[in-house]
Amino acid sequence: MAENITFHFDVHGDNFSSAGEASQVVKKKLRQLGFPPDVIRRVSIAMYEGEINMVIHADGGDADVTVTDEDIIIVLADKGPGIPDVDLAMQEGFSTAREHIRSLGFGAGMGLPNMKKYTDTMKIDTEIGVGTTITMTVKHKA
Amino acid sequence: MKLSVLAEKLGLTLLAGDPPEEFDGVYAGDFLSRAMSRVGEGEVWITIMNNVNVIAVASLTDAACVILAEDVGLDDAARAAADSKGVCVYSSGKTVYELCRDIAAIVS
Ligand SMILES: Nc1ncnc2c1ncn2[C@@H]1O[C@H](COP(=O)(O)OP(=O)(O)OP(=O)(O)O)[C@@H](O)[C@H]1O
Ligand SMILES: [Mg+2]
Repeated sequence: MAENITFHFDVHGDNFSSAGEASQVVKKKLRQLGFPPDVIRRVSIAMYEGEINMVIHADGGDADVTVTDEDIIIVLADKGPGIPDVDLAMQEGFSTAREHIRSLGFGAGMGLPNMKKYTDTMKIDTEIGVGTTITMTVKHKA
Repeated sequence: MKLSVLAEKLGLTLLAGDPPEEFDGVYAGDFLSRAMSRVGEGEVWITIMNNVNVIAVASLTDAACVILAEDVGLDDAARAAADSKGVCVYSSGKTVYELCRDIAAIVS
C-alpha cells in the first residue's frame, strides 16, 4: 500500500462496559484489509491489554494505530499515575488491581507480559504523575 | 467436532448469539488476560465470569462459544454485547470441573 493507514480512538476511563471496543474495531479493520489471522491475533492481544490497562489503571487515554508497509504500530498514551517500577510491572503475576476490578476478571498480572510476548517491539515511557506511553510494533511482512 | 452435538450431550442452554458449526479445543479459566492469550480461534471457553469483558475477549479471540458454568447467567448489558458481536454464550448447571470431565469423555 502506498500510504499509511491510521486509526485514532479516545479510550474512556470510566466505562468498563465499552472496554476493549477500540481493539475490536481495529481487529475488524485488519480483517477487512486482509491481514493473516496470526497477525490479527497478535495485534488484538497486545492492543486489548494496553487498552484495558489505560481504562483500569490510568482513567483512559488515546490509542493510535498505524498500518505501514511493514508493520502495525500501536501507540497507547495516557495521563494516568505512571508506572513506578517498570521491571516489576512487567513480571508475570504482578498487579495492583483492586478487589472490585479483580472481581471482573482483571488483575492476573498478565497484560504487560502478553503485550511483550505478542509484539516484535515494545517501549514503555512513563513518568510518575504525568502518564505512560506504550509503543508496540507487530511486523506483518514475512 | 460439531458444537451442536456437544451442546446437546452436555445439556447446555443457549443464552445469546448463534452457535457456529464446529469447535476445536477447550480452555477453562476466569482471568481475562490469561484467556486472551490461551483461547484459540474456534475453541470453547469455560468460565464463571459473566460480565461484558468476557464477551469482548471471546470476540477478540474468535472463540467458538463461552460456556458459563454453575448456572451463571448474563445480565442485560452482557447479553446485548454478545448478541451484537455475534458471540455465542451457553450456560450449564455443571461446575467447571464437571464440564471439562464430560467434554473430555464426549470428544474422546
Ligand atoms: N497504563 C498504566 N498506567 C499505570 N499503571 C499501569 C499501566 N499499565 C499497567 N500498569 C501497572 O502495571 C501492573 C501490571 O500490569 P498488567 O497489565 O501486566 O497486569 P494487570 O493489569 O494488573 O492485570 P491483567 O492485565 O492480567 O488483567 C498493573 O497492575 C499496574 O500497576
Ligand atoms: Mg492489564
